[in-house]
Amino acid sequence: MAREFVRTVDVPQRPPPARVANFWAVWRDRVAPSPLSAVATVVIALVVASTVWTVVDWAVIRAVWSAPDRTLCSEPGAGACWPFADARKLQWVYGLYPIDQRWRPNIVFTVGALSLAGLLIPKVPGKLWNGIFFFSVFPVLAVALLLGGFAGLSFVETTSWGGFLVTLIASFTSIVVSLPLGVALAIGRQSELPIVKLLCTIFIETVRGVPLVLVLFMAVNMLPLFLTPGTVPNKFAIVLVGVALFFSAYMAEVVRGGLQAMPKGQYEAANALGLHYWKLMTFIILPQALKIVIPSIVNTFIGVVQNTTLVLVVGIFDLLNMVNAGFNDATWASPQTGNTGYFSLAVIYWVICFAISRYSLYIERRLNVGHER
Amino acid sequence: MTISSDPGIQKAPAATADGFDFVYSPRFRALVSQTVVVLLLLWGLYEMVANTQANLAKLNKNFGFDFLTNAAGFDLSTTLIPFSSNSSYATALIAGFWNTVLVSVLGMIVSTVMGVFIGIMRLSKNQVVSGFATLFIELVRNIPLLLQLFVWYALVLKPLPSAKLAINFQDSIFISNRGVVMPHPTFGEGAWLAPLFLVAAIFGTWFYARWARQQQFETGRQLPVWSVNSAALVLAPIVGFAVAGWPVTWSYPALAGFNFKGGMTIVPEMAALLLGLSIFYAASTAEIVRSGIMAVSQGQTEASMALGLTRAQALRQVILPQAMRVMIPPMASQLLSLTKDSSLAIAIGFPDLMYASGTVNNQSGKAIEVFTLALLVYLGLSLLTAAFMNWFNARLKLVER
Repeated sequence: MAREFVRTVDVPQRPPPARVANFWAVWRDRVAPSPLSAVATVVIALVVASTVWTVVDWAVIRAVWSAPDRTLCSEPGAGACWPFADARKLQWVYGLYPIDQRWRPNIVFTVGALSLAGLLIPKVPGKLWNGIFFFSVFPVLAVALLLGGFAGLSFVETTSWGGFLVTLIASFTSIVVSLPLGVALAIGRQSELPIVKLLCTIFIETVRGVPLVLVLFMAVNMLPLFLTPGTVPNKFAIVLVGVALFFSAYMAEVVRGGLQAMPKGQYEAANALGLHYWKLMTFIILPQALKIVIPSIVNTFIGVVQNTTLVLVVGIFDLLNMVNAGFNDATWASPQTGNTGYFSLAVIYWVICFAISRYSLYIERRLNVGHER
Repeated sequence: MTISSDPGIQKAPAATADGFDFVYSPRFRALVSQTVVVLLLLWGLYEMVANTQANLAKLNKNFGFDFLTNAAGFDLSTTLIPFSSNSSYATALIAGFWNTVLVSVLGMIVSTVMGVFIGIMRLSKNQVVSGFATLFIELVRNIPLLLQLFVWYALVLKPLPSAKLAINFQDSIFISNRGVVMPHPTFGEGAWLAPLFLVAAIFGTWFYARWARQQQFETGRQLPVWSVNSAALVLAPIVGFAVAGWPVTWSYPALAGFNFKGGMTIVPEMAALLLGLSIFYAASTAEIVRSGIMAVSQGQTEASMALGLTRAQALRQVILPQAMRVMIPPMASQLLSLTKDSSLAIAIGFPDLMYASGTVNNQSGKAIEVFTLALLVYLGLSLLTAAFMNWFNARLKLVER
């Protein structure tokens, strides 16, 4: 019986590799290691060049830079309609928030940004107090200031909030609620109490099994029916509750990953020291488990920021919906208006999400340093 | 100093008369805390049901699924099953369900193929190729899917002419802003031979693959399995159809007023949704593929090279099978997300399950019933996908001693 597992003939010897110090050889190895690869390089270069050219041509060369209305933008061959973006930019930020009251969101933006920067930059001291402020005091103050209706501040309905303000509020609420709730659900799912465990598992798996759009529809259409007859809940608040609960389930799974990565010895050592369950969790397990999953938590935040756009299906005017709404304005309706709006949006979201993902990588690297020996 | 006066050391729990301490018994504590949870839950449920009943009574509505047989009174732009405004609400929901399944399955296939391709590109030695893949992934992953759908919808729909000026191929395929309209096949008698032949071919290829494997173990000779089997799978239904004598008639589309009559249509909404979903999820899939391949140790590649395998052989027969094990769990949740995100169809107006549920709710006002149904269907789809991926995972798992 023939056995063909083993070579019987020598493979012909290959020539020695080109001198590595040779500049051209190095470059050839990078862009065209084989003929087929060279073809791929050329094709990709052409595709990228033509795409970049199309975008630059549209966004810069053929673009309309200043115009009072749509006339110039409607001309055939016109590119991006930047005057539209310029005219609308404040509405994209504040929505329909009263113009003379815009200092209120401004204060919220500034205080929030300062506090957040303090939390994100490792060198800034006072992390604990800053964190407590940012996650508990700041939200209350922000909502009070934005709503008004006291101390001479005029009352501003949530229906006139919009744009970037709403996107930020929705993202921030989801993050602030989903983190502690997610931790609680994850601990509950690991619990030894069968009923608690069952309830947490059912909640997490159900929420993770349905789309956010459906959760939003259910929140807006069904939740009011569950409340005491006569209460008219605020639609924006309901949507926030829906989004926050939705992401809590996802956060719970992220945290569970961290909890499961904890070696059993940590539990046993803590028990041996005489710590009871809650002390064991707060002082031993959670600090370590959360530290491991910080990168995943930050990635979930990117998902949160991106998915707040979905609130538009229930008629909340977030940034995307606000930009969308501007397209029908008779002053600016032109074939290029939509493209300009979407292009600006894409740049804004891309910068935000890319920044978050880079920060996540930076944190990951910083945390890893401690583990190297 | 006695030990008990030291505040750091607790006194051992004193046993009660019958030898059982309620405060310190873990079992008793568990019982109490869980009873409280259950009572709270029951109270919440009771309040909810009572409130709902009161609210529904106030709105003159009642709870029930009878309305499903009522006429829908609205149209859906494209359906896989026959649907008109006279059809029932239930039919509308079912039509939406099949559209969801259609878009999800197509999206899964396209995004997986694209994702694997781009993931491998990202690991290429050619830095232009890997740089392009990185650019694609970073660009796509950092822009919200909904925005991408809007962009694709605008890009797909904008350049298309109106139905009257449709781009016409041989009077049978028309491309316009009403979508791509093409002839619709009606299968005649004997057409069932084609699927029959296909099933036979599937069995045949399975047996052939097994036999070829056995041959390789016994003699070391490799038989051409891949090419033979793919040829068999493609040719079988065609041969079956030919044997039956091509029993098919085509209904050609024709312009009637502002729209086309006859034929079948791929609406632009569907094209945009598929493009958006596939590209967005291809980027995530590519990252999963990359990390899966990177998780296989470099020694495996070197060992395959030492055995004289080519790069392609090493990738296909050594690296990918091992990388698959790392990739499957995240891929499973990826495909689940895709199914759920197909519900974004509602934002651009493709009639999937979410769109149908929303419209039925608007028409009938039966929010609780409609959305509970949708919830159950989406949960069912998720559980089905999860079960399939678990089965697949178990099959591929390394058998450990």
